[in-house]
Amino acid sequence: MSPSTDSFEEIESAVVRFAGDSGDGMQTVGERFTDSSAFAGNDIATLPDFPAEIRAPAGTLAGVSGFQLQFGSREILTPGDEPDALIAMNPAALKSNIDDLPEGGMLVVNVDSFKKMNLAKAGYENSPLEDENFRKKYHLVELDLTSLTKVALKESPLKPSDKSRCKNFFALGFMYYVYGRPLEPTLKFFRDKWGKKLPDLAEANSTALKAGFNLGDTMETARNRYQVSKAPVQAGVYRKISGNEALVYGLVAGAKQSGRELLYAGYPITPASPILEGLSALKKFGVKTLQAEDEIAAMGMAIGASFAGDLSVVATSGPGMCLKSEFIGLASITELPVVIVDVQRGGPSTGLPTKTEQSDLLQSLYARHGDCPLPVLAAHSPSDCFDCAIEASRIALTYMTPVILLSDLYVANGAEPWKIPNVSELPSIKTKFANPDEEFIVYKRDPETLARTQAIPGQAGLEHRIGGLEKSEDGGVSYDPENHEKMSHLRTDKINGIAESYDPISIQGEKEGDLLVVGWGGTYGAISSATKALQDEGFALSCIHLRHLNPLPNDLEALLSSFKKVIVPELNLGQLSTMLKAKYIKNIISFNKLQGKPFKVSELREEFVTHLSSK
Amino acid sequence: MSTTTDEGTLTKKDFVTPNDVRWCPGCGDYAILNAVQRTLPDLGVPKEKFVVVSGIGCSSRFPYYMNTYGFHTIHGRAPTVATGVKVANPDLSVWMITGDGDGLSIGANHLLHLLRRNLDINVLLFNNRIYGLTKGQYSPTSEVGKRTKSTPTGSVDYPINPLLFALGSEATFIARTTDTDQKHMVETFKAAQAHKGTSFIEVFQNCVIFNNKTFDSVTGRDVRNDQVMFLEEGKPLVYGEGNSKGIKLNGLNLETVELSEGSLTDGLIIHNPRDPNPAYATLLAQMTYPTFPTPLGVLRQLEGRETYEDSVIGQIKYAQASGEGSLQELLTGNNSWIVEG
Repeated sequence: MSPSTDSFEEIESAVVRFAGDSGDGMQTVGERFTDSSAFAGNDIATLPDFPAEIRAPAGTLAGVSGFQLQFGSREILTPGDEPDALIAMNPAALKSNIDDLPEGGMLVVNVDSFKKMNLAKAGYENSPLEDENFRKKYHLVELDLTSLTKVALKESPLKPSDKSRCKNFFALGFMYYVYGRPLEPTLKFFRDKWGKKLPDLAEANSTALKAGFNLGDTMETARNRYQVSKAPVQAGVYRKISGNEALVYGLVAGAKQSGRELLYAGYPITPASPILEGLSALKKFGVKTLQAEDEIAAMGMAIGASFAGDLSVVATSGPGMCLKSEFIGLASITELPVVIVDVQRGGPSTGLPTKTEQSDLLQSLYARHGDCPLPVLAAHSPSDCFDCAIEASRIALTYMTPVILLSDLYVANGAEPWKIPNVSELPSIKTKFANPDEEFIVYKRDPETLARTQAIPGQAGLEHRIGGLEKSEDGGVSYDPENHEKMSHLRTDKINGIAESYDPISIQGEKEGDLLVVGWGGTYGAISSATKALQDEGFALSCIHLRHLNPLPNDLEALLSSFKKVIVPELNLGQLSTMLKAKYIKNIISFNKLQGKPFKVSELREEFVTHLSSK
Repeated sequence: MSTTTDEGTLTKKDFVTPNDVRWCPGCGDYAILNAVQRTLPDLGVPKEKFVVVSGIGCSSRFPYYMNTYGFHTIHGRAPTVATGVKVANPDLSVWMITGDGDGLSIGANHLLHLLRRNLDINVLLFNNRIYGLTKGQYSPTSEVGKRTKSTPTGSVDYPINPLLFALGSEATFIARTTDTDQKHMVETFKAAQAHKGTSFIEVFQNCVIFNNKTFDSVTGRDVRNDQVMFLEEGKPLVYGEGNSKGIKLNGLNLETVELSEGSLTDGLIIHNPRDPNPAYATLLAQMTYPTFPTPLGVLRQLEGRETYEDSVIGQIKYAQASGEGSLQELLTGNNSWIVEG
């Protein structure tokens, strides 16, 4: 019997969280659910959440891996505060996630895994599924996922152990039924990934997925079905994109738009490694990728390639930024363009390597020897990484300077639909090279940008030396005290002048009011959503999200003064707010969270309301 | 104006900068600078193709005195910058200048990786067995017991042998020369340029202020005939006044033998730097004063291992054989969907 659409309850958005063991394939099913929702025309935002250990002991709390996504028929800017449905593949997954599930939420559990040993590993003395209060609290759906999958795959030639590994797709199929998702994108994924090399596996996963879907159809308990209609979005061609993917594409675009070859040097580090891996696969685009012996070497290679005329890029995370900082000073004094990406994670030290944080802002601005200001910008969403990579390339090449581009783990690993830009409409990046027919003066500056002109090795008549020692304008080593002060001012003025090239700050809401929320980086979705909700209720608040953190936009100070109060929510202990206080001598409210997790819309909303006296 | 110079008419003067050279009077670096400036015009490479990259230390001021493209980088990291330059433009002739502190202490990691990757770069390591620019602390090549400002009661560090380090890093060209011998330096630098791959050259260099005469027991005028052995491919290992002495293999060890007048060189080792087995080069690298004469020249030269930059560019060319990628297609990917207006 095919399900009739009138059994659907229409909802605006839903939040689903898959949780299981590291080896249970939760990231994979989360990705598939995302693709399927994108095809269904919903707006989406995702939050992969996995442990630092690749395979912590099976069944333990340390090994729980999760994937949450929100999809909706309205604009979706965050992966959601709390799940409407939680899929728990084992007791450990249940234990570490159940506190987030609100009363009445849908809870799908794999009862096959609720055996004594697994319960003990998760620290349960008795199965919570035997507790009447627990059972009443949630909309509990108990599935014998392991055995149901085995039965469904009775005919499959796979080994029994491989069969039981298909249970994640059985669970996915069930959830597809509940939310009326199309199966085809996932079936296509199986065909593309395994169809040729492992046809039996492709077939088994397809069977498991369909069996899960069909079970939903025949099960009495799953009669609650939800419909999430298409989100109203601009016409165009769309795809799903993660932050790191968008960054990779943006860098390739930056090189193309500036007419330079792209050289990327990197050392593996979470969560930046996918950038190295992504660019390594783009040899067809002429991208040179070097896996360096360490973080320092990667920076040195980039500086050497920049000297030789390439658009050079490095990406790392906080600890790698520390290692690169001496070299960043060299790039600053030699005035060479390098794009330096910092995909932030919880620190200091190894800290929380697989959790998000925004705590490298002050490091990016100040953690160098000498007076060494640099442009710093931050991407606010996965797709924004594309635009920011082009913008960072523009600033680096136009102003002959290293540029720090901040991303974070939440932005890097999260995904959202992206309206694919038309390449012919991308901004072009024009840079000047020295003319061999004219006398070349190494530190002669463009009067507008104060950038020096670059002379690429290999051209006769432009031979020159650069290096870490202070130079006079003609490129000679100079220890002259006045010259050092003059050159330091020139380098600083050059960086400060970059603000002249910005578009005006875009503001969500009125240009004056009771409260201005100032954010930066990956908190955009949560801040924007919370602000919108309160604006709809009639509160006089607005929000802005800063892409450029150094130099700050010239129109920022006036905006800050146009509101009675200014609040800066950050996933650190108050780094941007410290900067704003110092620069503008203003009273700034800091709202901080340091738990390796993004802000919830609800917690921001609550906080904002306390600073808003009345509607 | 032409975009390349005529390499046939270059002279030493073309490579001299107007900058005052600021090494201490009597420093061995002057002799090495002179030898490099004499070598470069004869290499058949246009002047604008040379890039000299250095780290930090007395030796690393070198690029400022060479009228080529030059980059004075940071302490120990010259190999990384040189790598970036060479991969970005393999057409450039990259010369890297480093010292015993820069290359074997703070930068030993990078030097190892440069050597194993086999970029076509010439590395000149000026070994003066002391930190000169910081005014006289012991270095990783200083001998045990060395008394310096930082080791008033003698150094307890066992020194590293630069040639063994290069061998361990699987360098494809390993040589040694000395600042006291212009002709030999020029010959060695030319051989390095002719080698396709990383060429590592240890240059014995005298620090006149902080470690004066450190190599005099080997290269001093009065002793060098007996203490230095010049390596020549295909020739027996002989040294001493009138080549009166030679080197033989005894089991797995070397031994010195006196050759009586008129004696043939039968049984002496014939120098073969192209032996892929590193055992021979290891024996040579370990010959030290006073037990053995000190070998100068090319210890090891292996051709045929592809350079790193050629491999990197080769993979790109292979990928692009059927055409370059389309950015629009890349952005669109395989799973896009259309939203109608």
